[in-house]
Amino acid sequence: MITATNLTKVYNGITVLNIDQLNIPTGQIFGLVGNNGAGKTTFFSLLLDLIQPTTGCIFNNEITVGQSESWKPFTSSFIDESFLIGYLRPEEYFYFIGELRNQNKADVNAFLENFGDFFHDEILGKRKYLRDLSKGNQKKVGIVAALIGNPKLVILDEPFANLDPTTQIRFKKIIKELTANGDTTFLISSHDLIHITGVCERIVVMDRGVLVKDIITSEETLQELETYFSGEHFKEDKRFS
Amino acid sequence: MFKRLISLEWKAFIRSASAGKSIGLKILMVFLGLYFTLTFLLIGIGLYPFIQEYFPGEEPIYIVNRFLLLWLFVEFSYRFFLQTLPVLDIKPLLILPILRRKVVNFVLIKSLYSFFNFLPLLIIVPFGILNIYKNEFPVSSILAWMIAMIGLTLSVNFANFIIKKRFTDNLKALFPVVLIIAILALLEYFKVFEISYWFGKGLNEIIAYPFLAIIPVLSFLFLYKWNRKDLENKFYLDATFNENGKSADTKDFLWTRRFGELAPYLQLDLKLIWRNKRPKTAIYMSLLLLGYGLIFYTNDTYLDMPGFLVFVGIFMTGIFMMNFGQFVPAWDASYYPLIMAQNIPMEKYLNAKSGLITFSVVVLAILTTPYVYFGWRIFALNLVCAVYNIGINIPLLLYVGSFNKKRIDLDKSPFMNYQGTGAAQWLVGIPLMVIPVFLFWIFYKLSSFEGGMLFLFALGLIGSLMRKRAIDFIAQVYKRKKYAMIEGFKQKDS
Repeated sequence: MITATNLTKVYNGITVLNIDQLNIPTGQIFGLVGNNGAGKTTFFSLLLDLIQPTTGCIFNNEITVGQSESWKPFTSSFIDESFLIGYLRPEEYFYFIGELRNQNKADVNAFLENFGDFFHDEILGKRKYLRDLSKGNQKKVGIVAALIGNPKLVILDEPFANLDPTTQIRFKKIIKELTANGDTTFLISSHDLIHITGVCERIVVMDRGVLVKDIITSEETLQELETYFSGEHFKEDKRFS
Repeated sequence: MFKRLISLEWKAFIRSASAGKSIGLKILMVFLGLYFTLTFLLIGIGLYPFIQEYFPGEEPIYIVNRFLLLWLFVEFSYRFFLQTLPVLDIKPLLILPILRRKVVNFVLIKSLYSFFNFLPLLIIVPFGILNIYKNEFPVSSILAWMIAMIGLTLSVNFANFIIKKRFTDNLKALFPVVLIIAILALLEYFKVFEISYWFGKGLNEIIAYPFLAIIPVLSFLFLYKWNRKDLENKFYLDATFNENGKSADTKDFLWTRRFGELAPYLQLDLKLIWRNKRPKTAIYMSLLLLGYGLIFYTNDTYLDMPGFLVFVGIFMTGIFMMNFGQFVPAWDASYYPLIMAQNIPMEKYLNAKSGLITFSVVVLAILTTPYVYFGWRIFALNLVCAVYNIGINIPLLLYVGSFNKKRIDLDKSPFMNYQGTGAAQWLVGIPLMVIPVFLFWIFYKLSSFEGGMLFLFALGLIGSLMRKRAIDFIAQVYKRKKYAMIEGFKQKDS
C-alpha cells in the first residue's frame, strides 16, 4: 500500500526525517511510536502531500504522492484540529466529508449509527458548532469523519490523546472491526505504548527522523518498547543536555 | 511592563508569515501617508489666509468653529471605514501576572499613536500658531482652543472604537446612532435646528473663557474610560462564548442542490458567510454601499466625467466580490490542510468560489437597476460593469489570492478580532477599479460613451468565455503554491 524510498526532509540544514526504505502492506494496522520530534507527524504530512520531501518519494498504492492527486479518493486522515471546520455542526461536517467521498446523507446516517456509544450522546443532535465542542469531542468527530466512505488507507495522528478511557477502548474495537476484511490499511501514531501495542500488528519506532525498530507485535512487544524508551541512550541524549 | 508588551507586538509583526507582504503593503501605505501629511499640512497653513480671502471681515477661528461639527462627522466617517481597532492577542497574557488594566491601557494608548490622530494636529497646530501670530486673541485663548481641538479629535478616536465594535457585534445597535445623525442632519438641512451653528457658538465660548477647554478633554477621558471598561469586561476567554454556543444555526441551504457537484462547496461557503461575523459584515457592507451611486448620480460634475461612473459601477456591483474575494482562500485557512488532504480537486474548489462571487455580482447588479431613474446609460453601464467584474475581476482576484498567506481566524474569540477591516483592505480594490476606468476612458476619448461600454463588455464576455481555462490556470498556480500556503495559514497572528 505504502512505499517510501530515500525519503528525507531537511529544515534549515537539520534533517528531521530520513527513511531509506519503508513498506507497509495493504490491510496492515501500522503503528508509529517515538518521542516528540521523532518525525511521526512529518512522515504523515509527507504522506498527505501537505509538505514536500527534500529527497525521495512516497508511493501510495503505486501513485506518486506529490505528482498526482489520485490517491485522495481512497485516503482519509485526521492529523489535528486543522482538519475540522469550526463553524459546522458535527452532522454537517460528516455530511460534507461524506459528500466528498460519494456518500449521501442516508449513507452517512447509516454509518453514524455504529458510533452511538462512541459519541456518548454528546455530539449528534446538539445544535453546537464544532468550535464549541471540547477538545476530546472534537477529536472524536475528526476520527469518525476519517472513517466515512470506506477509505482504503486511514491515517490518524495521535488518535488516543484527549480521548476518554471508554472511547479509547471502543475505538480499538472499531479499528479491529474495520480491518477484519483485510483491505483497509491503518496508520496510527501514538505516545501511548499500551494502546498502540494493543491495536497494531506492526510497530515502528522512530528517533530523530530515523527508523530504529521495526517489530511485529507479540506478547513481548510492550515490554520491549518500555525497555527501549527507558533506555540509557535517552539519558545521554545530547539534545536534552 | 509596557516595554515588554511593545516588544511582543514588534516580534509578532516581524516574525509573522505575511511580514513580506505586509511590508510591501506598508510601503504603499507610507506613500499614502506622506501624501495626506502634506495635504493636511498645506490645509493647516493655508486655512487662515483662505478664510480671510473668502470670508472677508470674519474672524477665521469663528468660521472654523462654525464648520467644525461637520468636520468631526467627516473625520468620524473615514475613521469608521479606515481605522483598524487596536488589537492584541490576550489569551497568552490572561494567566500571567499582568494586571488586566495594564494590558487594556496598553492597547488603548497604542491607539493614540494612530496616524489618524496625527493628521488633525497638522491642521490644528499651524492654524493655531497663525492665530497667535496675528494676535487677534490672547495666547491663552488660542492655546485653550488647540487643547479643545485635540480633545475632540481624541474623543472621535475613542467614540469610533465604541461604535465600530457595536457595529461589528450587532448591526441593530447601530440603528439609533444612524437615526440620531439622520434627524440632526435633517433639522440642520431644513434650518429648524442648526446644531453645527450652536456647536460652533459653544466653541467660541472657549476662546472667551479658556478654562472651558476642560470640557472636550473630559469628554475624551470619559470615552477612554468607557472603552477601558468595555475591554476589561471582555477580558475573558468566554466573553462572547456563551452567545455563540447557545444554539447553532441549522440552515442547510438545501436549494444549492441544483448546482450539482458544486453544491457541497457552495453550502459550505454560505455557512461560512452566514455563521461568521466577518464575512457576514461583508454582506451588510455591500448592501449599505449600494447607496454609493446616489452621491455621484445626483451630482452633475460627475455625470460629465464618465470615468467616475465606471468606478461607481464596478464598485457597487463588485463590493462583495472585493470584500470576500480578496480573502479567498484565507477564509478557509483554519482548515486548509483538510481541503488539501481531502478528495477535493482544486478546480472544483475554485469553481465554487467563483460561482458564489458571480452570484453576488449578479444580485448586486439587479439591485442597482433602480438607478435607471438617472438614465439608461447609467443602467447599461452598471450591467456592463457587472459583466466586466464577472469576466475579468473575479479570475484576477482568485489569482491574487494565491499570494495570500495570511490566516483569518474565524473561530478565534471575537475579543478585538477585527483583522483586515482597515485601510489595507480597500487598497486591494484599487487595481480592480482603476484598470476598467482607464480602459473605458481611452475608448471614450477615441470613440464615444457607447464605444467604451462596448469595449468593457467585450472584455468581460471574453473573460467569461475563457473562465474554464482561467480557472485551470489558477488551479495550477494554487497547486504550486500549496505548501507555502499551508505553512502560512498555520501561523496564527493577530
